[in-house]
Amino acid sequence: MGLKTFQGGVHPYDGKDLSKSKPIVDYLPTGDLVFPLSQHIGAPATPIVAVGDSVLRGQKIAEASGFVSASIFSSVSGTVKAIEPRRTTTGDMVNSIIIENDGTFSEVEYVATDDVTTLTREQIIDKIKEAGVVGMGGAGFPTHVKLSPKEPDQIEYIIANGAECEPYLTSDYKNMMEEGELLVEGMKIVLSLFPKAQGIIGIEDNKPDCIEHLRALTENEERIRVQPLMTKYPQGGERQLIHAVTGRDINSKMLPADAGCIVDNVETLISIYRGVKLGRPVITHNFTVTGDAVVNPQNFRICVGTNFAELLEAAGGLKEGGAEKLIAGGPMMGFSLFSLDVPITKTTSALIAMSRDEASQFETTACINCGRCVEACPEKLIPSRLADYSEHGQKSEFEKWYGLECIECGSCSYICPARRHLAQSIKTMKKLVLADKRKK
Amino acid sequence: MSDLLHVTSSPHVRGRDDTRRIMLYVIIALLPATCFGVWNFGTHALLLIIFTVASCVLTEFAYEKLLHKKVTIGDFSAVVTGLLLALNFPSSLPLWIGVLGGIFAILVVKMLFGGLGQNFMNPALGARCFLMISFTGYMTNFSDYPGYVEVFSSATPLASLKAGGSVDLMRMMIGTIPGTIGETSAFAILIGAIFLILTGVIDLHIPGTYIVSFALFVLLFGGHGLDVRYVVIEICGGGLLLGAFFMATDYVTSPITPMGKIIFGIVLGVLTGIFRIFGASAEGVSYAIIFSNLLVPLIERITVPRAFGIVKAKKGGDAT
Repeated sequence: MGLKTFQGGVHPYDGKDLSKSKPIVDYLPTGDLVFPLSQHIGAPATPIVAVGDSVLRGQKIAEASGFVSASIFSSVSGTVKAIEPRRTTTGDMVNSIIIENDGTFSEVEYVATDDVTTLTREQIIDKIKEAGVVGMGGAGFPTHVKLSPKEPDQIEYIIANGAECEPYLTSDYKNMMEEGELLVEGMKIVLSLFPKAQGIIGIEDNKPDCIEHLRALTENEERIRVQPLMTKYPQGGERQLIHAVTGRDINSKMLPADAGCIVDNVETLISIYRGVKLGRPVITHNFTVTGDAVVNPQNFRICVGTNFAELLEAAGGLKEGGAEKLIAGGPMMGFSLFSLDVPITKTTSALIAMSRDEASQFETTACINCGRCVEACPEKLIPSRLADYSEHGQKSEFEKWYGLECIECGSCSYICPARRHLAQSIKTMKKLVLADKRKK
Repeated sequence: MSDLLHVTSSPHVRGRDDTRRIMLYVIIALLPATCFGVWNFGTHALLLIIFTVASCVLTEFAYEKLLHKKVTIGDFSAVVTGLLLALNFPSSLPLWIGVLGGIFAILVVKMLFGGLGQNFMNPALGARCFLMISFTGYMTNFSDYPGYVEVFSSATPLASLKAGGSVDLMRMMIGTIPGTIGETSAFAILIGAIFLILTGVIDLHIPGTYIVSFALFVLLFGGHGLDVRYVVIEICGGGLLLGAFFMATDYVTSPITPMGKIIFGIVLGVLTGIFRIFGASAEGVSYAIIFSNLLVPLIERITVPRAFGIVKAKKGGDAT
């Protein structure tokens, strides 16, 4: 079987064995739930409940404000306690709806569709929008927007991103193993929107059982095939995945649709199925609690809005000795947390607790120009130079050397023998340059 | 919750190789050539290596201590410089010249320009050229080699070849010939080079293009026609292998861009060919490398790679 991949990348220790064999466990929260109004790219949602209102599980509590936005649904039944700014995983304060959980999980009745093939294109898109589906791989781009490209006939590939290239994470793996049927159904719904497209499920070859499983499930699906990918970080980066699967390249100014592609995380496709077929919005999410400092690493199906600290306790809490670093998301691109009192959103897929934080113990030394960052960069940039330009504030040079093409994957920092904080410098400069551009 | 959580920017994991480990790999890779040199040339060669390395390390240490800077000898880069410099000496060189060379390499070529990563020229080769000019007699005296008079009509195989003499190819491969301490054994150098390639310290971009372009140049302009034996002798002699795998690949003084590495290798091959065939000297590797070191900023400037997904701008532009 031909393995496909991209140029560059790194091979970090994958740590997936910690949680790989653990089945998905439903976790029902006991404490208050926090729903940030901005869990997606685009305009924050507008609350449609008031303090004191009682809500049901699955009830819409905030409405998408505009086309590029997504609605938010309560994952528990209870009472709206407050609408106020709360801290999120990135450290920002975001306006949030806080719901006091009554512990009964009384759910609204969803309107299922018996035969999705009778739905029109507009109806499907509308149902996806009404389910609040966003890209669940991390970016959180509203899915109904992604599925409404200017020219639907130009779309040739629908790519399901099952690479899960971030070390330690196993939530997508469990999704594919336990809910593979739903993934295939979700893919079929999306394919019905794009008559000329073929569906490809891209999976890294460190998950051979997953590749076999999905191959078996798609055996009789003419329009869907499984594409094994080389295990390499960041294989699941959107541009890298498109290159691996189709050989087409896109840059930061282009959308996947410009290359005839739409890329969706595997869990997003499962959510599409739930939204369109079952009429159920996004209120649960697969989540891995792992790391060497966790007593019992495992995979949960969590309710959106659950508190990180509560979930860590559900996984047995921290081992004796505690943790030096807690990460929301994967170790390559995730955010380190200074407090666990933050909610899980639609897009956070893991909590990693590390007993030792090796990365920040290294001392930065002089750049020796070895070029390893250049070899590792999946965007073919010169990270060491870009970081120099960043540290010296040279914005025009930074742009000239394609600094804005950086996808912030962190491969350069990972590989750097001088332990420079290359990705951090580049990310900072990128923000400054983009802010300048917006001003103009 | 503990108050001691670390908060840093991603990524939160790092790779294994650091600068120190890379330098250690280079030192290990130089050991076959070093050991062979000591065996071939005797104890004075060993002393010369020890004195030169010590001189480099102590110079860096003293400089940093005196200027109240952080002492960086723990990264072993000064050891690499000292070892490379010593391997470029004839075994008869007085110890004090070796020590002087070490001081020059570290103090003038490396530290005065800002230390590791800032030097524009390979320190070992800079010092070698300084000594070559200052102490030409000592630096080109290969006459202490046992059996020197009977076997060779001139100093080194290449000099002999240039003068119209003959050369024993097998002895060049093994290294039982006159020359500098570390350059004579093609086998020992290649063992080290393979180690560096396998550990990922170097790749074939620079040495490969260097050797291939040099071979082509010699075939075209060497005046020996399609004489493979002549080309092999030229490649194995005069420190070309040592230079190609261990000095041209010096990270600091070679281009960082993938295309730049290839251009750098070609420039090296052509320059070495010119120096050897049209110049007075039979070797020319050192000069070719330090001259090319000076071209690195220019080479990098013209070889900025296009980022992933950036299409070459069409003529006339698409910005209407």
